[in-house]
Amino acid sequence: MTTTLTPETPPTFRPLGEIDAHTRRRKRRSQLFRYVLLVAMGLSLFPLVLILWTVVSNGIGAFGWEFLTQPEPPARREGGGYLNGIVGTLYMVGIATVLAVPLGVLAAVYLVEYGRGWFAGTVRFFTDVMTGVPSVFVGLFVYAALVRQFSFGTIMGAVGLAIMMLPIVVRSSEEMLKLVPEDQRAASAGLGARKWQTITKVVLPTAGPGIVTGSMLAVARAAGETAVLLLTALGSLQVVTAFSGVAQSSITLLIYQGAKQPFDPGKERAWAGAMLLMGIVFLLTFTARWITARRTR
Amino acid sequence: MVDNTQAQAAPTAAPAQTGQTNTAPEFTPRHTTVPREVGEAVFDVETVSVAYGGAPALKEVSMRIPKGEITALIGPSGCGKSTMLRCLNRMNDLIDGASVSGRITYHGEDIYAEDVDPAEVRRRIGMVFQKPNPFAMSIYDNVAFGPKLHGMKSNLDDRVEKALRGAALWDEVKDKLNDQGHALSGGQQQRLCIARAIALEPDVILMDEPASALDPISTLAIEDLMRKLRGQYSIVIVTHNMQQAARISDRTAFFTVDMEQGVRVGELVEYDLTETVFTNASDQRTESYITGRFG
Repeated sequence: MTTTLTPETPPTFRPLGEIDAHTRRRKRRSQLFRYVLLVAMGLSLFPLVLILWTVVSNGIGAFGWEFLTQPEPPARREGGGYLNGIVGTLYMVGIATVLAVPLGVLAAVYLVEYGRGWFAGTVRFFTDVMTGVPSVFVGLFVYAALVRQFSFGTIMGAVGLAIMMLPIVVRSSEEMLKLVPEDQRAASAGLGARKWQTITKVVLPTAGPGIVTGSMLAVARAAGETAVLLLTALGSLQVVTAFSGVAQSSITLLIYQGAKQPFDPGKERAWAGAMLLMGIVFLLTFTARWITARRTR
Repeated sequence: MVDNTQAQAAPTAAPAQTGQTNTAPEFTPRHTTVPREVGEAVFDVETVSVAYGGAPALKEVSMRIPKGEITALIGPSGCGKSTMLRCLNRMNDLIDGASVSGRITYHGEDIYAEDVDPAEVRRRIGMVFQKPNPFAMSIYDNVAFGPKLHGMKSNLDDRVEKALRGAALWDEVKDKLNDQGHALSGGQQQRLCIARAIALEPDVILMDEPASALDPISTLAIEDLMRKLRGQYSIVIVTHNMQQAARISDRTAFFTVDMEQGVRVGELVEYDLTETVFTNASDQRTESYITGRFG
């Protein structure tokens, strides 16, 4: 059996440029699809760019050193700034972060490392529901439960913001903890680590940057919150450093007040406030991205 | 989660309640599972069965694992050899729904006794996994992890160096101990994992296909290392590579899968000196597997 297989007609060579009709059609369709996607992306980006442009072009006028260092004067007067709002926002968001992040991370650890059965399922479900709860409801809840018995103030606003942040922290931390490979836990257990040791020494450090990122986004969300604060912090024209008992201001509340009154100086300051807030949110988002990028380098 | 009832079938099994006060009873093997002349045993496995969520995975295994030698567990996929290995340091406890019955003694102590802490068992009995799994931390911290965990903080530097030397990795990493463990090559990572295990000074190292994710050269490095560790440590290795088992092990246990009422269950077929298993297997199934006619 020494027959060699020789094809009767050798395969013909076709230049690579020679394309049949079917291939050409597929090529055209592929290109069309690309253009459709490009247009869709452009359209969705358009409002974003427009917002950026409007806010910056309107806000840049009143923005400056004075804006950052002076409290808000009466609306019809020029000058002054949003110091009262800046202090209030930083104060309340800071306290809210201290309240919500540790609690949220611990809840996420519970869900990922211990959560089995109906209880964990229920917690997960209500966390999802809470993510979608309108912020006015949260404001009303804090108002009814706490503000009516005590008073408007920093801590009330912070509690409201913390409630808004909590589900975001829980869900984002949960996703990050789930990303820690199972073999890392096995390696730790194989060395005789107890479960809490595995969690604190392996799982949390590994998921750390991701948890920080998720928390940053929650902070950004809280910094832009208005409705909750209307019913819990109320607003103030002075810089308030009191922890409780006195109504507190925030950047968003000042924007809201400034935008709905008729005088131009107040409106301009509201635009500048919007620009400042957007800058803060951008900064937080970029920092979050940067931390994530460093981790996945 | 893990039930520790004695299999009623074992005629010599002591009652479960007596715990660690048991003097290891003489046990009669059900199968041809006791190799010749096991001197001092590090593990005595007596009619151990494992089930995951009620589905049996391994059926009534009995074997004595000798001290200071290399014991290889071989067999086709699903035969329960990894399951067997994971019983020896109670890693199966971490799997939901896993239940282990029968008795495993380690130096005569029942490791599944009620007053035994699984974390302590795993500390004494080191484990190396199939895929190299260094922690996302520096080489130094990877090795120091175990000692730090258990408060062995004196002379940490010496401990780390000793473990890395023991794993034949010191010369390659001594100038970059602060580099990430992940930055090493696959073979180096696996030796790092071995160093991490021996830093706790265990007397047994369990290895679950430690070279299956490595290239041939790294595999040889791991095998050389195992030969070096032999004697000082008792090593139990699961491997898919029969040549590897033949090259490095003193004794070989052959497992296979059996269909039992429609369920695939692993069982131990033959356990003997490696030479005997590979040249003069007493069971037809072993010989078929080893000569490549099955599995």
